[in-house]
Amino acid sequence: MENNAVDWLYLIIAIPAASAALLLIGGKATDAWGHLLGTAASLASFAVGVLAFVELRDSADTPSLHQELFSWIQVGGFDVSFGLLFDRLSGLFVLLITGVGSLIHIYSIGYMAHDERRRRFFAQLNLFIAAMLMLVLADDYLTVFLGWEGVGLASYLLIGFFQQRTSAAVAAKKAFVVNRVGDMGMALSIMLMFATFGTSSFAGVESGMEEVSAGTATALGLLLLLGACGKSAQVPLQSWLLDAMEGPTPVSALIHAATMVTAGVYLVVRSDFVYEQSQVAQAAVVIVGLVTLLWGAIIGCAKDDIKKGLAGSTMSQIGYMMLAAGIGPAAYSFAIFHLLTHGFFKANMFLGAGSVMHAMNDEVDMRRYGALRAVMPITFVTFACGYLAIIGFPGFSGFWSKDKIIEAAFAENLVVGLGALLGASITAFYMTRMMIMTFISDKRWAKEAHPHESSLVMTLPLMVLAVASVFGGVLLLNDWIGTWLEPVVGEGEHHELPLGLTELGLTIVVAVVVLIGVGVAVRLYRRDKIPAVAPGDVSSLTTAARRDFYGDAFNEVALMRPGQSLTRGLVTFDDRGVDGAVNGLAAVVGGSSGRIRRWQTGFVRSYALSMLGGSALVVLALLAVKLA
Amino acid sequence: MSVPWLTILGAAPLLGAVLVMLLPRRSELPKQAAFAISLAVLGLSIALAVEYDVDGGFQFVENYSWIEAFGAHYAVGLDGLGLALVLLTTILTPVVILASWNDADDGRWSTNSFFAWMLGLEGLAIGVFAATDVFLFYVLFEATLIPIYFLIGGFGGARRSYASVKFLLFSLFGGLLMLASVVGLYVVSADSASGPSYLLEDLMAADMSQNTERLLFLGFFIAFAIKAPMWPVHTWLPDAASEATPGTSVLLVSVLDKIGTFGMMRFCLGIFPEASQWATPVVIALAVFSVLYGAVLAIGQNDIRRLIAYTSVSHFGFIVLGIFVMNSQGQAGAALYMFNHGLSTAALFLITGFLITRRGSKMISDFGGVEKSAPVLAGVFLVAGLSSLSLPGLSPFVSEFLVLAGTFTESITAAVIATLGIVLAALYILLMYQRTMTGPVRESTRNLPDLGGREIAAVAPLLALIVGLGFYPKPALDIINPTVDTLLERVGARDPEPTVAVREEAK
Repeated sequence: MENNAVDWLYLIIAIPAASAALLLIGGKATDAWGHLLGTAASLASFAVGVLAFVELRDSADTPSLHQELFSWIQVGGFDVSFGLLFDRLSGLFVLLITGVGSLIHIYSIGYMAHDERRRRFFAQLNLFIAAMLMLVLADDYLTVFLGWEGVGLASYLLIGFFQQRTSAAVAAKKAFVVNRVGDMGMALSIMLMFATFGTSSFAGVESGMEEVSAGTATALGLLLLLGACGKSAQVPLQSWLLDAMEGPTPVSALIHAATMVTAGVYLVVRSDFVYEQSQVAQAAVVIVGLVTLLWGAIIGCAKDDIKKGLAGSTMSQIGYMMLAAGIGPAAYSFAIFHLLTHGFFKANMFLGAGSVMHAMNDEVDMRRYGALRAVMPITFVTFACGYLAIIGFPGFSGFWSKDKIIEAAFAENLVVGLGALLGASITAFYMTRMMIMTFISDKRWAKEAHPHESSLVMTLPLMVLAVASVFGGVLLLNDWIGTWLEPVVGEGEHHELPLGLTELGLTIVVAVVVLIGVGVAVRLYRRDKIPAVAPGDVSSLTTAARRDFYGDAFNEVALMRPGQSLTRGLVTFDDRGVDGAVNGLAAVVGGSSGRIRRWQTGFVRSYALSMLGGSALVVLALLAVKLA
Repeated sequence: MSVPWLTILGAAPLLGAVLVMLLPRRSELPKQAAFAISLAVLGLSIALAVEYDVDGGFQFVENYSWIEAFGAHYAVGLDGLGLALVLLTTILTPVVILASWNDADDGRWSTNSFFAWMLGLEGLAIGVFAATDVFLFYVLFEATLIPIYFLIGGFGGARRSYASVKFLLFSLFGGLLMLASVVGLYVVSADSASGPSYLLEDLMAADMSQNTERLLFLGFFIAFAIKAPMWPVHTWLPDAASEATPGTSVLLVSVLDKIGTFGMMRFCLGIFPEASQWATPVVIALAVFSVLYGAVLAIGQNDIRRLIAYTSVSHFGFIVLGIFVMNSQGQAGAALYMFNHGLSTAALFLITGFLITRRGSKMISDFGGVEKSAPVLAGVFLVAGLSSLSLPGLSPFVSEFLVLAGTFTESITAAVIATLGIVLAALYILLMYQRTMTGPVRESTRNLPDLGGREIAAVAPLLALIVGLGFYPKPALDIINPTVDTLLERVGARDPEPTVAVREEAK
């Protein structure tokens, strides 16, 4: 099977990149039509992506489309070129990124209409699209890294979009720095690849992987996992995602829910040939996924800020994907399947939350919402579609995708399966809570709130995404997704379920625990009146969850404070110690300014003298040698 | 006889400096003349680069006997490393002159002298990078101290006198050590059959006892380490960079400091290959330490210029690391790093210079919310900052990653520790950006004007080069690679083979 070389693949990336450059460099001159160009660029990229996808689908014996652009870095045996690889995995990502991306561009025309920096917002969204496409289309780990840090930059810029808010600026910096910790892992993995294989291309690493030692394979797997944890906000590098909600809501939907944060899952699935060689690394991925899916879900239960609730949920759902990716060939396609359906329903709900915020004067506290279903019917119905999808209501997209992961988890290990099952129940709880507090229950609005339905430019994307959230499950018909991805990730084997469970039996069990989660939430939040201010006398678990399980507190105690002390100590050491010791002579000069001036004027002369003296010394030395 | 283009290239700015001194004072004329001369020199250097044959070894060679008794020659020529640094010098000089247009108006001495010293420095720096005779190199190396001393001491902040003297003392100390080694080299070569010679090629062939070689190596290395600067002999740099004008800081850090790392490659490795191998473990340890030390110190600074100076300590750590891991990725990375760091640091010094001039303070805590009033300034500042933290897509990433990849094949420990630097770099740049550019607008920053046409024209070429070479570093690597290969052959080092053979077509 030969790769099909095409010479127009680069357009997928180049169009949004060029648009971003034009809008950033063009400045105010492009203010009037910047948002239109940005949206058009995203749509055009989507169109090229569809063409490529169709081409790939129609040529059954072609594993991928390929375009070789130019040599990037070549030194000795180190040779990295810009090559684009549009295979069945990256093809799905291209459609998700540009498809959901375009919808979010359209939505943002309305959402950002009153922002004086709207043009810049669209420029940065385009920059993100271009970088994310680079990430998934690259055929070498180093060019993946280019897109990887590129999306980090776009995320930094967009989290900090409201720059005048200190909290936004701090959150942006935190996101970048925490991601850089993960990027260290990614960078080191590429160095290890180079040292081991002399190349970091997918093809090269894949072909050499079977011969490496177990230690190298494990090291590679763990380093890549560290990178994935940073980008995908998995424990222990999860702390930035909740703060990232400082960004405008469309950004939360696109970058911090549907696409960028799933890059870690992409990386693990893409590196299947690495993980196949190391069970330790695979187990680590499963553990990270399992811990994060529970961690995020519990946090989601305690948040009153609608966006932070959704952010906790995003962590949790990506945890599911990670878990599936860690299980291996049996579940790779389910990881990607859930990634796609989650992309639809989470983007849907984030945009819905944005629509609500828009209506409520940017209020994010759900305790100030309530009974919005009557005034915002479209937002309510579309959000409800997302809600039913995420809790796994039978027939909705999330039902198919999450069910498959839980099934695979049980087949892998009973404890892992129970954890995934528990997560599904908690998910049902916190999402029902969000639904009730926002759209049902009593009005708890602020006095000046006059909610209204959003304009069509905002609700249209909601409707499209709602439809996708409902019907996303069709991808599983005849195991289409598994068959489609088979050339990339291998054939999924079928495993027996423990405890004599059948697939149908497990589905029923899942449905029951979900129902329990819904029931508890209804009982807690429907019957009783919801206080407009969060109650203080809550269990220690709730307090811990409200404070994100003390992730920030831990970072502060374990990293920030010691770091600050070290920095302060070193600054003093450098000013007094090193400078003083090395520079005893110059320290003499640090007296009164009058003395410095005398030194200084005298010094020009002494310099000239020392030059002369030096030259004389040379001559003398030479003569001495000559005469000797 | 062929035209001595290299001599013309070096002499043109020196003669230009004299011309600028003779022009009438208190007018725009000296500035315009200096700018025009530096542009002409840039044009000539580009012409030389176009003529340069990437596989041709030393080119534009001139060689005349100078002081026969010493074996000193006037010998110049350019290889890839020299050409890259000459180009860096000729690119940065007009940029700096344009950016410093009004910086010398209230200096201790005349505006004419400010720009004349800059041109003089350019001419001497070209000479240093072109010299292929150790004696000539030494003389020019010391001579560069004179213009930079007057530039720091005459134009800049309140403590400039202290800073300039401190700089001079450090440099003189290093210079004396090098002088001792230069004398020692004479002794070595005078013993040889062909008589004394300071020509690089003759010294490479000279026989030295192991101890002699190591001692002479140390003299050169310490001088270059002070110049570079490496921990613990770096403390002159923050003072000098903090007190000098932004333009002077650029010439000091981006150009003159490169003489240190350039010298390590050209002379330490070239003349003393065995001693260089001998010193490798210690040098690598010092370099890695410098990477982290400079970065942590940068995080702790409140003075913007000192912060940038400390980032350079960290970056020079990377450069030295790349040189001494003794493989092609490390050394090509280091050579490219010298060029890229020159661009990146120049952009940072100049842009923060614009910022500091507007506000009248160089303290980070005096800023905040600048992005609101001066978005273009904030934008270019961010790009320059991102280049300093080695974001992929900007040129410093290519060199930094090459250095790290080269280090990894030599010492995994050193590579892992040095990679911590990328997290610290994100901290020192983004903390500075956050504190100065974002947050609520302050009364003192509310009306800061945005960048003007001259300022944009000065930094735009730098940013364009940073982005261009980030995506397409091939032209620079094509020049550098053959030189590095020659050097490695000289040192007797080979790139390690990958541990697992990969099918050729899979690469």
